[in-house]
Amino acid sequence: MHSTASDGGPGAAPAPDAHADPSRTPLRDTADNGLKIVIVGGFGVGKTTMVRSVSEIRPLSTEETMTRAGVGVDDPSGVEAKSTTTVAFDFGRISINDSTVLYLFGAPGQERFWFLWDRLFAGTLGAVVLVDTRRLDDSWYAIDRLEAHGMPFIVAVNDFGGPQHTLEQVREALDLSPEIPLVACDARDRKSSKSVLISLAHHLYSLSAPHETVKAAP
Amino acid sequence: MRLGPDDDPDRLYTVTGGRSRAADDLNLDLVTLIVSECDPAPGMQSEHVRILSMCRHPMAVVEVSAELRMPVSVVRILLSDLLDSGKVTARHPRPVTAAHLPDTDLLKEVLDALHRL
Repeated sequence: MHSTASDGGPGAAPAPDAHADPSRTPLRDTADNGLKIVIVGGFGVGKTTMVRSVSEIRPLSTEETMTRAGVGVDDPSGVEAKSTTTVAFDFGRISINDSTVLYLFGAPGQERFWFLWDRLFAGTLGAVVLVDTRRLDDSWYAIDRLEAHGMPFIVAVNDFGGPQHTLEQVREALDLSPEIPLVACDARDRKSSKSVLISLAHHLYSLSAPHETVKAAP
Repeated sequence: MRLGPDDDPDRLYTVTGGRSRAADDLNLDLVTLIVSECDPAPGMQSEHVRILSMCRHPMAVVEVSAELRMPVSVVRILLSDLLDSGKVTARHPRPVTAAHLPDTDLLKEVLDALHRL
């Protein structure tokens, strides 16, 4: 079996050739610590758009392929049933300081993707679950898995200009615990996407330092 | 990424010498930064040459993968060859704590940088 999970949606522009970009900005030579934040969500929800809004480089894409033994590995005949799954994902980057660089990954939230989570996203600071209110059920699985992984996350509702739902309605529909931040955003907008990441960083901060407070965003 | 015309599975098999897993591949995180320690030399495998050229400045494993247009798993194998022979070095991400939480100083740095965006 071979399956591919990718984000893009009908009509999405083809990925530009990375080789054709002479302007890619190298990291500073002092860079020595990579951080990860993952933006996870259903097909076409705007993950790549959000990465593009805040990244200092044009988003790049790559893929991970993993073969896993299927049912019947212990079959005495020695015939292993294997399936190969390919997961495509996009990423961008934000330099934090001379030594630290934050990588933002846009990752598909479909069920078949999650067996790769530990391998790809172990050590991730936290996640943003990007939600389209027209397709809320795409988010349930991702929220469930993040909770199971003990990964801190917030939920961001991307505004597609459809019928308006209050955040309270969305929280109820997603059955989201009160301690999980829920924000509205426009993934196309740099300021809005930036404030989503700031909300996640505040959430991580409050979990790391429950007795300290950090100044709210101006 | 879609596999390009010269990235068919047979070729991916060839560039890795048929190996599907390197002993230390799990130590190479997506965001481990790779730095060249020497220039490419004649006779080197072309993928190694490209990696050594790309990593004159630090470059994350995942960026190397995107630039080479090869899956991360294949790139990990190529990189482990170069690491074994000392042609590149790896700057591994500092681990976050067991509770998945980074230290607050680091988070403050992240917040500052995000506000500056």
